[in-house]
Amino acid sequence: MNFTIAIPEIFVLSMLCLILLVDIFTPVRFKIATYLLVQLTLVLTFLCVLTQYLNYSNQIITFNGAYVLDKLALLTKLFLLVTTFFVFIYAFDYLRKRNIGRSEYYILGLLAVLGMQIMASAYSFLTIYLGLELLSLSLYAMVALDKDSARATEAAMKYFVMGALATGLLLYGMSMVYGATRTIDISQLGDIVNLATRNENMVVLLGLIFMLAGLLFKFGVVPFHMWVPDVYDGAPTSVTLFIASAPKVAAFCVTMRILVEGLSSMQIEWQFILVCVAVLSMFGGNVLAIAQSNIKRMLAYSSIAHMGYVLLGIIAGPDTVEGYSAAMFYIATYVLVAAGAFAVIAIMSDEGVELDKLEDYRGLNARNPWLAFIMLLLMFSMAGVPPTVGFFAKLGLLQALVEANYIWLAALALVFAIIGAYYYLRIVMLMYFEEPRAELVKVKITMRPGILAAISVNGIAVLWFGLLPSSWIDMCRLSMV
Amino acid sequence: MVSLSEFLMLAALLFGIGMAGIIINRKNIIMLLMSIELMLLAVNTNFIAFSYFQNNTVGQVFVFFILTVAAAEAAIGLAILVVLFRRSHTIEVEKLDTLKG
Repeated sequence: MNFTIAIPEIFVLSMLCLILLVDIFTPVRFKIATYLLVQLTLVLTFLCVLTQYLNYSNQIITFNGAYVLDKLALLTKLFLLVTTFFVFIYAFDYLRKRNIGRSEYYILGLLAVLGMQIMASAYSFLTIYLGLELLSLSLYAMVALDKDSARATEAAMKYFVMGALATGLLLYGMSMVYGATRTIDISQLGDIVNLATRNENMVVLLGLIFMLAGLLFKFGVVPFHMWVPDVYDGAPTSVTLFIASAPKVAAFCVTMRILVEGLSSMQIEWQFILVCVAVLSMFGGNVLAIAQSNIKRMLAYSSIAHMGYVLLGIIAGPDTVEGYSAAMFYIATYVLVAAGAFAVIAIMSDEGVELDKLEDYRGLNARNPWLAFIMLLLMFSMAGVPPTVGFFAKLGLLQALVEANYIWLAALALVFAIIGAYYYLRIVMLMYFEEPRAELVKVKITMRPGILAAISVNGIAVLWFGLLPSSWIDMCRLSMV
Repeated sequence: MVSLSEFLMLAALLFGIGMAGIIINRKNIIMLLMSIELMLLAVNTNFIAFSYFQNNTVGQVFVFFILTVAAAEAAIGLAILVVLFRRSHTIEVEKLDTLKG
């Protein structure tokens, strides 16, 4: 038993217990203490993980093969901690203005972070399941935080039913794989599947299909995407911000563990499934996004398309060394950009009024040039326009696809990216070349200095990593088997 | 003596009924929660059957965890249901249609 590798998780868990106690005993006026403690926990955990990252030499597996420390886990944890830190800053004002779940949000959020950290380090089906459930259960509750909104509660119910269905599928798949291989450890799974006969592997294949269905549900890609727009739209923007960002990285990490490290000998089968799913989601996401008039819904469909792109990297992975790294880089940049875009929506919305129609972005430049400029950078990055980081993310993926001899897939991805550019650039056009709506001209967009700093850092980072991407790309380089 | 494949068929049947319940049911959200529970129990049957016939205890340990988490899941589901009912005074699945597009 090597407890040192789980220190960040143990620390988050003990801080959670402490914060829960502190929260009960602080009077309502001082509820900001909860927020500050949660942010402090995130910073300290980040430093802890960073130390592990800097001292990292080779893979360590502990707790009877249930827990692993490797570069993928460390990178995932670093990304999700930074993202969550920013998300909580963005959410603070939104929650304060509306007075919804002011301390519950952060505590549930921290629980979700713990779940994601466990997912990142999980190395057996049991730990994967527990981490995933800890994340999902916190997210269901967070969506329902706004008790008085019919839309939010409806979204929560839909999310819950769909999520539970996905968990059921995932577990059924796990039970099948367990039955065929007699193990739930990912490290042993690969060897056993390699040595088994074809007949035995049919059961594993059945399990793989069920597990993939469950995972793709969590990703929100096309055959299993129904919940994404409803949840993004119905949930309070501060919660959408969270759902749209960090959990995607964790889901990516788990997918890598199961498909690449566990079942790499079945790559032909899962590659085929993923190709279909990726093409459908890039097409479906981008085309349906064009038809939306609500920006949260539009970004939901765009996230479906982006997840399709991430799958492209996993498809190319077995044939070229760059594939997995490109996928990791893509998802990390997507999370950065998505958090920023939803933050802008949260900043725009005023007391009691959600300004989430595309119409509301008309002439944003005249009302607040700096916010409009940041939104411009974020939209350019999502569309993949050169000086921003999104360009390099797409470029890396296409390069990997071409290297892996999936030229037709690369061409298709490019075509869908061009379709996607239309609706991103439409927002830029609305912001810069149209007049604001008459009743909104006078309304000032106010930001507290903390939020202004955070969103500025986010926007500048999109540009900075676009101009000098090499350090981040190097960081995302995974040495996968 | 009941064989492994019979257990597996029973589990598959239960799982199928659970899934059909989620997809077909248009009346009552409580039925949805019951269907979810049925799916998880089907998975448990699977694990136990494999574990018993292969003399491997890992599956049984897994089932304990599934049972515990399923209880937590049901609690959250019912909590959301209560909030939903307070707000819209109905638990019919068909009435959940404010979010579209």
